[in-house]
Amino acid sequence: MDGPFVTALDLILRADSVLMQIIGLSLRVTLSAVAIACLIGLPLGAGLALTRFPGRGAVIVLFNALMGLPPVVAGLAVYLLLSRSGPLGALDLLFTPSAMILAQTVLILPIVVSLTRSVVEDLWTEYGDQLLSLGADRARAMPTLLWDGRVSLLTGVLAGFGRASAEVGAVLIVGGNIAGHTRTMTTAITLETTRGNLDLAIALGIVLLGLTLTLNALAWSIGQWARVQLG
Amino acid sequence: MMMRAFGHVLAFCAAMLTPTTLTAQEWITLSSTTSVENSGLFDHVLPIFTRDTGIEVRVVTQGTGQALETARRGDADVVLVHARELEEQFVAEGYGVARHDVMSNEFVIIGPATDPANLREARTAAEAMRSIAQARLRFVSRGDDSGTHIAEQRLWAEAGIVPVGRQYLSTGSGMGAALNIAVQLDAHVLSDRGTWLSFANRGDHDILFEGDPALFNPYGIILVNPDRHPHVRAAEGRVFIDWMLSPAGQEAIGGFRIGPSRPFIPVRREAR
Repeated sequence: MDGPFVTALDLILRADSVLMQIIGLSLRVTLSAVAIACLIGLPLGAGLALTRFPGRGAVIVLFNALMGLPPVVAGLAVYLLLSRSGPLGALDLLFTPSAMILAQTVLILPIVVSLTRSVVEDLWTEYGDQLLSLGADRARAMPTLLWDGRVSLLTGVLAGFGRASAEVGAVLIVGGNIAGHTRTMTTAITLETTRGNLDLAIALGIVLLGLTLTLNALAWSIGQWARVQLG
Repeated sequence: MMMRAFGHVLAFCAAMLTPTTLTAQEWITLSSTTSVENSGLFDHVLPIFTRDTGIEVRVVTQGTGQALETARRGDADVVLVHARELEEQFVAEGYGVARHDVMSNEFVIIGPATDPANLREARTAAEAMRSIAQARLRFVSRGDDSGTHIAEQRLWAEAGIVPVGRQYLSTGSGMGAALNIAVQLDAHVLSDRGTWLSFANRGDHDILFEGDPALFNPYGIILVNPDRHPHVRAAEGRVFIDWMLSPAGQEAIGGFRIGPSRPFIPVRREAR
């Protein structure tokens, strides 16, 4: 064994086909979950910030608390939902990438909702009167406020991405860590650890970290570029 | 307009969640144990089966107890596990069609190579377990209702010992994870031979006791009952079981080697 760093470098340079497939699946699952969570969570969070209804406080507290939901609990809930003996068993989604996307969406959604709510609420406090005087109602102000808060929102989305790409408990339960089918970076690391291949496990960890770094650097650069371009 | 936008969002989400790998290939889900997966047997045997039959086998790895529970819920088509009493109960309750002996290996007791409890001198497995307890040395238990955990409990009972106390560590982990813990803590642990042979992080640990017939570890293969769960891929599952029991499957099992050792013994005598 050459140590984990050499192993990691070797895996990447050889473009090991199994590794590439695992990376591809990890990215597909996590990015899909992030996309779905944003599509639901951004409007939901903004709506929560701009509307007043009975029980609103409870909903906000609930979403804040769900940010701390243990992945294994989310995984178990989705497992029981999708199991053949569960309510959605007929969909035949258990042990598929779709099940993993669903579980990770459940994990990320509270982060996106809570952060969006907080960002939009602050912006509304600041610009609300101005927007109202310009003739916009709360519903029409929503896209404007989301756009104004995009830099802060990006941080929330990246936090969601980080939670999804780093977790192993949920994808292990609903995906089953099936070779070539539902094996992701984190479940592969778990498996290699239990096989005693600690160097390979750490090498995979280094690759995962590198991947996360690259994506974050990319997101940050886009944010910076946008700031310069759009003032 | 709001409603239509919402409709688009829903459609997008549905598209994301729809399986994109709609291959024509047939497949089954096999629920099996960490001892088989960690040893590497499936990496050797399953590609041969898929080549012969065109059926892909998707393996979900769990301890025997959990593997049977997964099958009970209808989330697997075939189970391959090692706890005969639980398997027979599974069939008797109508969850499985029939149990077939497919292969076996044996348990071994792993411990620090210095052998502080003199296990190498022990005549029976029960005596070895008693020595560990009497010397008050650490023992790592799987603690997860796996086949290995059940075998370990049987050995303690035969030794007349109730394993409790600070030196008995119930870890609730798979075979490989339990070995990692035992190596780190200078502890003893019961393992199947296959996982130990393929385990790469052995430290100063070694096999200290082996060879007692009480350590025999038979594996059974069972088709999940389609009468109980109509969606079970029974036809493909039968093909898999028949193949595993056929000369081709038995030779594939017997042909799996880790270095010079053969961790699994097929049931068919000709294939041994």
